[in-house]
Amino acid sequence: MSLVKLDQVHKYYGDFHVLKGIDLNIKVGEVVSIIGKSGSGKSTLLRCINGLEAYQQGGIAVDDKEVTSEDIQVRRLALSVGMIFQSFNLFPHLTVGENIMLAPTIVLKKSKQEAEKTARAMLEKVGLGDKFDRYPEKLSGGQQQRVAIARALAMNPKVLLCDEITSALDPELVGDVLKVLEQLAAEGMTLILVTHEMNFARDVGDRVVFMHQGKVWEEGNSKKLLSEPQTEELKQFIGAVL
Amino acid sequence: MIEFSNWDILRNLLLAAQWTLLLSIAAFIGGTVVALTLTAMRLTRNVVVMRIVRVYVELFQGTPLLMQMFLCFFGLSMIGYEISAWGAAILSLTLFTSAFLVEIWRGCIDTLPKGQWEASRVLGLNFLQTLRHVILPQATKVAFAPTVGFSVQVVKGTALASVIGFVELTKAGTMLNNATFEPFKVFAFVALIYFALCYPLSLCSKYLEKKYHVAR
Amino acid sequence: MLNFSDLLPYTDVFLSGLMTTMELTVLTTALGVLVGTTCAAIRQYGNGTSQRTVAAYVELIRNTPFIVQLFFIFFGLPAVGLILTSWQASIIALTINLGAYSTEIIRAGLSNISKGQWEAAKVLGLNFRQTLLRVVFTPAFEKIYPALTSQCIIVMLGSAVLSQISVQDLTYAANLVQSRNFRAFESYVVTALMYLGLAMLMRYVFVLIGKRLFAFREAS
Ligand SMILES: Nc1ncnc2c1ncn2[C@@H]1O[C@H](COP(=O)(O)OP(=O)(O)OP(=O)(O)O)[C@@H](O)[C@H]1O
Ligand SMILES: [Mg+2]
Repeated sequence: MSLVKLDQVHKYYGDFHVLKGIDLNIKVGEVVSIIGKSGSGKSTLLRCINGLEAYQQGGIAVDDKEVTSEDIQVRRLALSVGMIFQSFNLFPHLTVGENIMLAPTIVLKKSKQEAEKTARAMLEKVGLGDKFDRYPEKLSGGQQQRVAIARALAMNPKVLLCDEITSALDPELVGDVLKVLEQLAAEGMTLILVTHEMNFARDVGDRVVFMHQGKVWEEGNSKKLLSEPQTEELKQFIGAVL
Repeated sequence: MIEFSNWDILRNLLLAAQWTLLLSIAAFIGGTVVALTLTAMRLTRNVVVMRIVRVYVELFQGTPLLMQMFLCFFGLSMIGYEISAWGAAILSLTLFTSAFLVEIWRGCIDTLPKGQWEASRVLGLNFLQTLRHVILPQATKVAFAPTVGFSVQVVKGTALASVIGFVELTKAGTMLNNATFEPFKVFAFVALIYFALCYPLSLCSKYLEKKYHVAR
Repeated sequence: MLNFSDLLPYTDVFLSGLMTTMELTVLTTALGVLVGTTCAAIRQYGNGTSQRTVAAYVELIRNTPFIVQLFFIFFGLPAVGLILTSWQASIIALTINLGAYSTEIIRAGLSNISKGQWEAAKVLGLNFRQTLLRVVFTPAFEKIYPALTSQCIIVMLGSAVLSQISVQDLTYAANLVQSRNFRAFESYVVTALMYLGLAMLMRYVFVLIGKRLFAFREAS
């Protein structure tokens, strides 16, 4: 059964046709890597899936419920779709613990104790159990990104969207974040990630989607697709990143 | 003619300065309340409402405070609303203050990265929750220094109330000048008292700004 | 009832007031920015004493009302032998006022110029004055140009107070007209709108000047 389903999605920025009929089916527990050149529409695709951007044609459904960019819809969607950003977007005025507990307490109406218990468990999971009372700015980029992951996990999402979440990190910090993702994948979390980490896409991902000029140009099993690209464009792209 | 000692002059000016202080506080409170309302209106993102706020700001920032005071005082009474000099001064200073504060606060809210709104949205927070838990706690911190800084402009703005005959520090100065014929001394005293009122506020604003920047 | 047509016979009065306000504005904006630039350079690069003197000037002006500064200059200074016409007093007061505010603004621009620019100029053999004039000023002004524009407009609007020492500016015209035809509301509304127009015009002119000054942006 597919958890995320896109059916002929078209998206325009004014006159600019960004997504040109995207079809995509993502099953529960699948790890899907979206790759492609800058400007090919990867971020836009993710942002349409969680309603941050409106699309003009076609349909998107998550967990069999239709996605629109209406405010109420987006908030309902937030219960099943988590998102992690390239720039972390932690709340600087809140401690790590408070960052994670904010949405569970005011959106899910959990009690403080319960939210704290979850928060501590999630921090433990991303390997930052001792940072509960720190402020985000006191942490390294890699640690901040892991807090952001914990914050998203605390909402118990069905699928996690990650938009180049290691791109803003120093190279030596990338590994820690990828390790967390790998562990999530092993636990059966559904992941959709835009990434430039080809090794990760091949070794951890189940499927790779190559986007080109607003279309799904090529997709398939990650190991097969990356070792035997069919189209000229994907060959070029792989050649350029490796 | 009565003889005025330095102390007499100073004492009379200080008495009048109480009215300057009171007027400043009233205008600042009034301005804050109106500016809060306008900021809330602006945050609705309704195009019409935002345009109204925009015009309001343009109007009160683009015309002299003195003209606004004249309109409130002479103008309103001409078209049938009797208003005291005190009332006209508070009214016009409130409008003036709010127009600047709403712009200052707009800047503070807009400097927050868009990611803060987006992160809140994907976590499921609604508009008011985002405002209350994410945006305002950060924006108020940034807004503190420039708001205190603007209070200096409010205190100085009250001096114009003298023109419509409200007896505060500046008006008391002109009256004492007429009585003593010692303009140099009188206006130097007046200036010093204003300085004593404003300089601490300026320093406070500077201090807050530094503190905030270090904290960031 | 409102009646704006009663203002029509006084068109000349308004226009002459408008001209006076514009004249004062052009003159004192130029002078004020000049004073501000000089003081900003002193504040940023001068020695201890000169820096402190400028700082004191700036704080003194910024923390007292313009109307009091004006009264002090016009009424106070003659008492110690310096007799000024209301026109002279106005020019001095406006210049000093804008000078103080623009000092703070321009200094912020100067402090924004990186050390690298100074070093690059130095290794090219430019002296201090040449570096300041040819290398530093343009980007420094570009940075703070919007703030400077706003401040000049604020000072122009503040000039309404000059009517209190009988300068026959736009506000003086408004007062004169309403004392003749008893149409205070109409007179002040029209005058306020004229000030608004002046403020917009000023912003526009500043943009035009800015395009000239910072033409290097267009080229790149
Ligand atoms: N808000 C917007 N308004 C107009 N155009 C936009 C907007 N956001 C993105 N675009 C355009 O849409 C296209 C796709 O952008 P998108 O961010 O999805 O690309 P991407 O594949 O994520 O690229 P990158 O690898 O650089 O992140 C780009 O050409 C971009 O310029
Ligand atoms: Mg992107």
